[in-house]
Amino acid sequence: MTLIQFKNVTKTYGAGDSTFRALKGLNLAIEDGEFLALMGPSGSGKSTTMNIAACLDTLTSGSYLFQNIPVENLNTYQRTLLRRNFLGFIFQGFNLLARSSALENVELPLIYRGDKVHERRSAANDALKKVGLSNWRDHTPNELSGGQQQRVAIARAIVTKPKILLADEPTGNLDSQTSSEIMSLLTSLNRDLGITVIMVTHEPEMAKYASRIVHFLDGQITN
Amino acid sequence: MFWNSFVLAVHAIKRNLLRSFLTVLGIIIGVAAVITMVTVGRGATQSVSDQISAMGTNQLVVRPGQRRGSGANTPKFKQKDVDLIRTQVTGIAGVAPYSTLSATVIFQAKNYTTLITGTTNDFFTVGNWVLQSGRQFYDSELNSGKASCILGTTVKNKLFGKENPQGQRIRVKQFTCEVIGVLESKGQSTWGTDQDDNVLMPLKTVHRRLLGSLDIERIAVKVADSKKISITQEKITELIRQSRRLPDNMENDFRVLDMRQIIQTLTGTTRVLTMLLGAVAAVSLLVGGIGIMNIMLVSVTERTKEIGIRLAIGALEKHVLMQFLIEAVVLSSIGGVLGLILAAGLSIFGASLMGVPFIFDLQINILAFLFAASIGILFGFVPARRAARLNPIDALRHE
Repeated sequence: MTLIQFKNVTKTYGAGDSTFRALKGLNLAIEDGEFLALMGPSGSGKSTTMNIAACLDTLTSGSYLFQNIPVENLNTYQRTLLRRNFLGFIFQGFNLLARSSALENVELPLIYRGDKVHERRSAANDALKKVGLSNWRDHTPNELSGGQQQRVAIARAIVTKPKILLADEPTGNLDSQTSSEIMSLLTSLNRDLGITVIMVTHEPEMAKYASRIVHFLDGQITN
Repeated sequence: MFWNSFVLAVHAIKRNLLRSFLTVLGIIIGVAAVITMVTVGRGATQSVSDQISAMGTNQLVVRPGQRRGSGANTPKFKQKDVDLIRTQVTGIAGVAPYSTLSATVIFQAKNYTTLITGTTNDFFTVGNWVLQSGRQFYDSELNSGKASCILGTTVKNKLFGKENPQGQRIRVKQFTCEVIGVLESKGQSTWGTDQDDNVLMPLKTVHRRLLGSLDIERIAVKVADSKKISITQEKITELIRQSRRLPDNMENDFRVLDMRQIIQTLTGTTRVLTMLLGAVAAVSLLVGGIGIMNIMLVSVTERTKEIGIRLAIGALEKHVLMQFLIEAVVLSSIGGVLGLILAAGLSIFGASLMGVPFIFDLQINILAFLFAASIGILFGFVPARRAARLNPIDALRHE
């Protein structure tokens, strides 16, 4: 089943003479349950693709379908709802709230969703258990190692039980040992929970974990 | 959601305790200033009207006027004017003619210059005077112009200290007079004069032995029914015009003053002054609000990344708006509460310093607090909206 689909998507930044065409007619379909790696040099359009997939950025022309719904026709509120219920994010810089505990960080998406306290508490504990950080829930990010912080971020991403996990260079700030641990975790989430994973990466050895690799160059897919 | 925003706001404020305190200082000072000004002002107004009431309520004072143009003094009053008022005007509780002069009173080695008032026993009724000790004048004393006197407490203290002056004789100019009583103290008047710095004597005594004339300086009239003051005022004016045969085209050469009007004039002045000071203080509240806006803008910039994270993982614009708005309101409300506490202290202190009563005014306290809180909404809105409208992608990249 096709989960998301880019149809002839273009994205142009800036206006007038100084425009930059980040995407030049992207066509890409991603099936439910895939583990996709997006690769390519910087400026090739892979991050723009991620942002559009994340419903954070709008496209200039073409269409982006999420479960056959054209996202460009949705308003801000609807896109937030979509993001909140179907998408999870992992960033290179972890992007945890520095002064909140691991548990509070994981709970955050559920708070915005309006879940009840005991529901979100147990969901957050479950998520932390899945990433192996049950014993660290009361620690703040600066008390955790980089790998642990990224696991908290993963727990936060999966606590809403999303269909898609969007990972923007998840191992960019980590050493190789920790990186492979994070990749195994993502692989198991993909395999065991059936979450579709879309990952941007520079490193070929990380891309090996993916079931499909998409190469970007100059705003287009090369393979 | 509201509760979560509140908790977040409290956390954010606690994180930067010193900065938060300095931010709300403007609000604290503003609220405290407004409340203190108004409270002390109300106290002053109350004190003015209290003091004038103490001088005599429902009181009319007939006094010579100033005629425009001619430099000549306007005529004083005669006994027949007093009799006219007493017999022709209905509904009056007392008529007290009096004449005053400044003179030195001497007892043994002590002397003291004071105001001597010649009058009748009606003076007690009209002026709300009560005797601390002794007695009023006998009719025989009033009729014969006997040398008897009643002392105000200031004079009594200057001449006799703690001694009992009853039956002692004090010297005034070339005669001596017997002390028959002491007045209850009234304290300072609104104009800052000592109301207890006086000596009362029978009118006749003052006329014959001190002034050498039968002119009456003023006539104080107490009206029985406060609703009839204006009518009585007109009636007296008419009577005296008739008695003096003033033609219709001529102005009054005397005045009939209504003490109530004086109260209204004076309290009106203090009230206007209070409002003015309150308004000036309210400006400082506004300045405090700008301080809050400033610090909230800084806070939004500092937390751009945090806002980006929140927006990316599912916060709506309204959540972020709420978070920062509540933070501003909590901040200004804390300022409001601290301001109320400070104001209570300052008002009590200020009232006692100025010698006016402390009147707690719930209305102005509530008003000032609500004003402070709404300043939070007003000046918190711009920064909060800026936060809510951030582009999540840009916000996430912000370092």
